[in-house]
Amino acid sequence: MNHDDYPDSYIRGILNTVKTIAMVGFSPKEVRPSYFVFKYLLERGYHVTPVNPGQAGRQVLGQTIYASLSDIPHPIDMVDIFRSADQALPIVREALMLKPRPQVIWMQLTIRNDEAARLAEEAGLKVVMNRCPKIEYGRLSSEISWIGVNSRTLTSKRARILGTGVQRMGLAHATMQGGATEAALRAAKRRNKEG
Amino acid sequence: MAEAKAERVPGFATLSIHAGARPDPTTGARATPIYQTTSYVFDDVDHAAALFGLQTFGNIYTRIGNPTCAVLEERVAALEGGTAGVAVASGHAAQVLVMHALMRPGDEFIASKKLYGGSINQFNHAFKNFGWNVVWADPDDIASFERAVSSKTRAIFIESIANPGGVITDIEAVAQIAHKAGVPLIVDNTLATPYFCRPIDFGADIVVHSLTKFLGGHGNSIGGIIVDAGTFNWSRDRKYPMLCEPRPEYHGIILHETFGNFAFAIACRVLGLRDMGPALSPFNAFLILTGIETLPLRMQRHSDNAIAVAEWLSRHPKVAWVSCPGLPGDKYYKLAQKYVPRGIGAVFTFGLKGGYEAGVKVVSNVKLFSHLANIGDTRSLIIHPASTTHRQLSDAQKIEAGAGPDVVRLSIGLEDKEDIIADLEQALETA
Repeated sequence: MNHDDYPDSYIRGILNTVKTIAMVGFSPKEVRPSYFVFKYLLERGYHVTPVNPGQAGRQVLGQTIYASLSDIPHPIDMVDIFRSADQALPIVREALMLKPRPQVIWMQLTIRNDEAARLAEEAGLKVVMNRCPKIEYGRLSSEISWIGVNSRTLTSKRARILGTGVQRMGLAHATMQGGATEAALRAAKRRNKEG
Repeated sequence: MAEAKAERVPGFATLSIHAGARPDPTTGARATPIYQTTSYVFDDVDHAAALFGLQTFGNIYTRIGNPTCAVLEERVAALEGGTAGVAVASGHAAQVLVMHALMRPGDEFIASKKLYGGSINQFNHAFKNFGWNVVWADPDDIASFERAVSSKTRAIFIESIANPGGVITDIEAVAQIAHKAGVPLIVDNTLATPYFCRPIDFGADIVVHSLTKFLGGHGNSIGGIIVDAGTFNWSRDRKYPMLCEPRPEYHGIILHETFGNFAFAIACRVLGLRDMGPALSPFNAFLILTGIETLPLRMQRHSDNAIAVAEWLSRHPKVAWVSCPGLPGDKYYKLAQKYVPRGIGAVFTFGLKGGYEAGVKVVSNVKLFSHLANIGDTRSLIIHPASTTHRQLSDAQKIEAGAGPDVVRLSIGLEDKEDIIADLEQALETA
């Protein structure tokens, strides 16, 4: 997998299949990005389990915070990493010990660890790095278009309203590749090389 | 594991029609509806709070965002190769919001002195009042941009094709200077449009347009847009607190951290549009969107007509000079081949041997050309910049900007080129 640029079919496949997500490095502070993503995904029907050792036992939006991945009592489809890149390897190792194993390792914006990615991929997991599931869901559902963001998709199909509420869209409609953002990709690649 | 196959990126004409647009989910309407509404209902109190706190995507109030304007924003962002767009009331407003996100009182920005007169005024007067200090540089002497850099520099601003006289700026060279100085390059791409030039491909970090001109294309709607290239690292040097510091307007959110490569557009929207309010009318957005659908066809015809007219003028006995980068002898022809190989747009200038008086006669005696202050209409337009668009400048500034007393500016329209030439011919007879 080319981790600089993921095809929409890959991302859509992941977002359409995973149901339970463990968020490692979750912060209960409402202005932190992880809280934003947590709330957004919950509202779109995902089961999201927050992981933060300092907050273990507390409840947030009806979900219990666990101290570590291994403490989670239910199966996890995807591990969503909000920690720094140097923490990715131990997190992936812990994820690989879970039974049943997750199918996806997802690392948030600016988080990229190719060694951890290789380890996960060799074990048969899918990996996404330097992306945000909220932004990707927003792109593919067309929600992000409401704020003028280039969704990089085109479609002649109607987006499906999710059923719950006025402004929530689903992922079920087909989209094709839209306008690319080559310069932004090149800049991210350069930044990744510079470390 | 099987590699997912990368899909081909659609062409420019396809994006001009489809980017940002999708059938309406509720009604199935294919054309973009005109959401002529000021406000939008919330599901519940929690939904409202999430929207106001930027935690969920959606519509709150048309000053901040509107679904018709959103289609336009995505359309132009896609055409420019950018990550996001922010539509505003005018090109001037776009420039205000860009600078508002980048500058604090006492900061400096470097600007090319070959610019639209309205921008020169805005920088010399309105921005000066805010304490945003312009330092002028010469696009014909790229080193002048480097010499202008100081510890207070926060941005560099140029036009891809400069108004009025078809000056082509060496975008890549200026981008290198900007990035070496750790500041973003802003390019006003109004005269070229992304059909002829995509400044982001050459290193621009922010692109602005007056949608009023070629993008709308029909002289019926004032509008502006900011496009975020998604390339600049706002957090690296801590120079841009709007983007890399916790924002008190939003309980401490850090915009760059939260929104990644479209954070600049978000800043322009949630800090700029929200607090200063130059919102684009949804109806204007609809008209501009309709214009953009034919952008490739219109721009090619504009350029082909303009070059034909420029060539004809250059052979006319009463014409002293023609400044059009599409003519092989022109000073900017070589740069044009690099930056705008398909064509040079519609705007160029010429001067008459009879000087100022002859220019006035031509401008007064055209019957097909419209004498007015605009460019980028289907109609051919003519004006004398020194007494209008560049009037408030000093004589020296006018000449520097390419708007000396004998200069006549044309914006060639989409009429049959024989008719355009015939109109100029009869007007020149009186000069």
